[in-house]
Amino acid sequence: MTLPFLIVAALTIAAAVAAMTLRNLVHCSLALVGAFVGLAAAYLQLDAQFVGFAQVLVYVGAVAILIVFAVLLTRGGEAPAGTVFSSSWKWGALVAAVVFGLLAWAIKNSFASDRRPTPQVEATVKQIGEALMTKFVLPLEVIGLLLTAALIGAVIIAMRDEAKSK
Amino acid sequence: MAESLDQVFVNLKHWLVALLPPGNLQSWASLIISVAAILVVFATLFAITTVLERKGLGRIQNRYGPNRVGPFGFLQFVADGIKSLIKEDLVPRAADKVVHFLAPIAMLVPLALTLAVLPCGRNMAALELDAGLLYFFAVGAGAELAVFMAGWSSRNKYSLFGAMRAIAQMVSYEVPLILSAVTVIMLVGSLSPVKIVEAQQTYHGWLPDWFVFTPWGLAGFLLFIIAATAESNRSPFDLPEGESEIIAGYFIEYSGFKFAIFFMAEYFGMFAAGGMAATLFLGGYAAPAAWLGFIPSWAWFFAKMMGFIFFLIWLRGTLPRLRQDQLMNFAWKFMLPMALINIVAAAMWHFMPPGLPRWLVCSAFVVGPYLLLGRGLFGQQKLGKRVYRYAD
Repeated sequence: MTLPFLIVAALTIAAAVAAMTLRNLVHCSLALVGAFVGLAAAYLQLDAQFVGFAQVLVYVGAVAILIVFAVLLTRGGEAPAGTVFSSSWKWGALVAAVVFGLLAWAIKNSFASDRRPTPQVEATVKQIGEALMTKFVLPLEVIGLLLTAALIGAVIIAMRDEAKSK
Repeated sequence: MAESLDQVFVNLKHWLVALLPPGNLQSWASLIISVAAILVVFATLFAITTVLERKGLGRIQNRYGPNRVGPFGFLQFVADGIKSLIKEDLVPRAADKVVHFLAPIAMLVPLALTLAVLPCGRNMAALELDAGLLYFFAVGAGAELAVFMAGWSSRNKYSLFGAMRAIAQMVSYEVPLILSAVTVIMLVGSLSPVKIVEAQQTYHGWLPDWFVFTPWGLAGFLLFIIAATAESNRSPFDLPEGESEIIAGYFIEYSGFKFAIFFMAEYFGMFAAGGMAATLFLGGYAAPAAWLGFIPSWAWFFAKMMGFIFFLIWLRGTLPRLRQDQLMNFAWKFMLPMALINIVAAAMWHFMPPGLPRWLVCSAFVVGPYLLLGRGLFGQQKLGKRVYRYAD
């Protein structure tokens, strides 16, 4: 629990809370970006450079833009008139607290908590690349296939619309 | 003598740090000196470049350009800076105050951060990261969100249009930008800009071993500078600003120093793009010939970077703006396939033994698809007499 970690954790949680409670949807998505950045900073503090920068590149550079576009194209980014809380938020909070307690108890009692700390391994980008290209090449290819299928699907959906309108 | 001149800034920093008592204080001082050096040098370059750009554009357009402040008008940037500092800061009443205020900062910070990984000279990279290139592209992508923040928070149709155009353009051109850099990463086997520059330090006869002097390197360099021009929203890809259509795009509602910050961020983006293009393909701080090694390495880096800036100013003075559909077609139908094929060409270069066959095969891999793609896309266009649908 070092000071930088505490600062980053506090900022991340504050941004996440803001993302849930702010009234304006665009503000919510911008706050969510703050949470993404905080998470990337946490990865960087753990010496996981690749994961941290990939987090920024994918989530801040692409996913955030996607969310913002989706918000603008659907509801116009105007603040809702009523309250943002659901009427049954107390029950939701209770369920969340119970689930959190259960998970915390399970993790505390599992073998993961009394494992010896492993010696610090410097995971360079080169090692990650080599692992991806040798040991994990099949999952990588499967994910690549999945993403290509999604891309082609998106193009087909977009194309059908155009043919109809003609 | 040449050696000490080459390392003069590094030695200066070491001397300054050594003045402090050893320990934590020294590492902090080292960090602060690096950050201050980057900010001061690039902000000064920005100021000089604004004058150079106005003079250059004036020269291209047969007029004088600024010529009142200082010798030949070269102190114009001082007048501009004072003007933007004392100008009233207008915020539209309907604007989203907080986001409107944060947008210029969110724009400047990522682009200033990207400058940190550039090796500005021998031993002169402020941040030597193992994943430096990934850092460069990841942090640079943060600017897209700032564009959206500026465009949306102004509550102005034109600024929202400009932001949408800018984001669509930046997202599209980011793909060929990264893919064209991938070739260099493949051949060097490292994501670190310092290692990439070190791989280009040798000389081969009278030619330096820069990646631009290989078939895949030339194609990659051209793709990279085109995509980088589009990324920094410069002419001929300046649709997001398009003065004649949407006035100034996403920063239309900004005035005074906030506008100056957007302006500065754009130039920081150009410096980062030029510096990275030089690092990846033009040998970074390496001299173009072995006997020119007496000129310090940082001078070469900044000369190459300013060469890129000059190229951008020249383009801005000469080329008309693209249309939105031309912009998108160019990115997805030409740039993206060329960048992908170029990766294959780089792989062939890696696996074939050095010699003439390697040159021929790789050149064929680059020139063939270029001709086919270019001809194919040109054939699709129905060129002829221009038809005005609404203006007749």
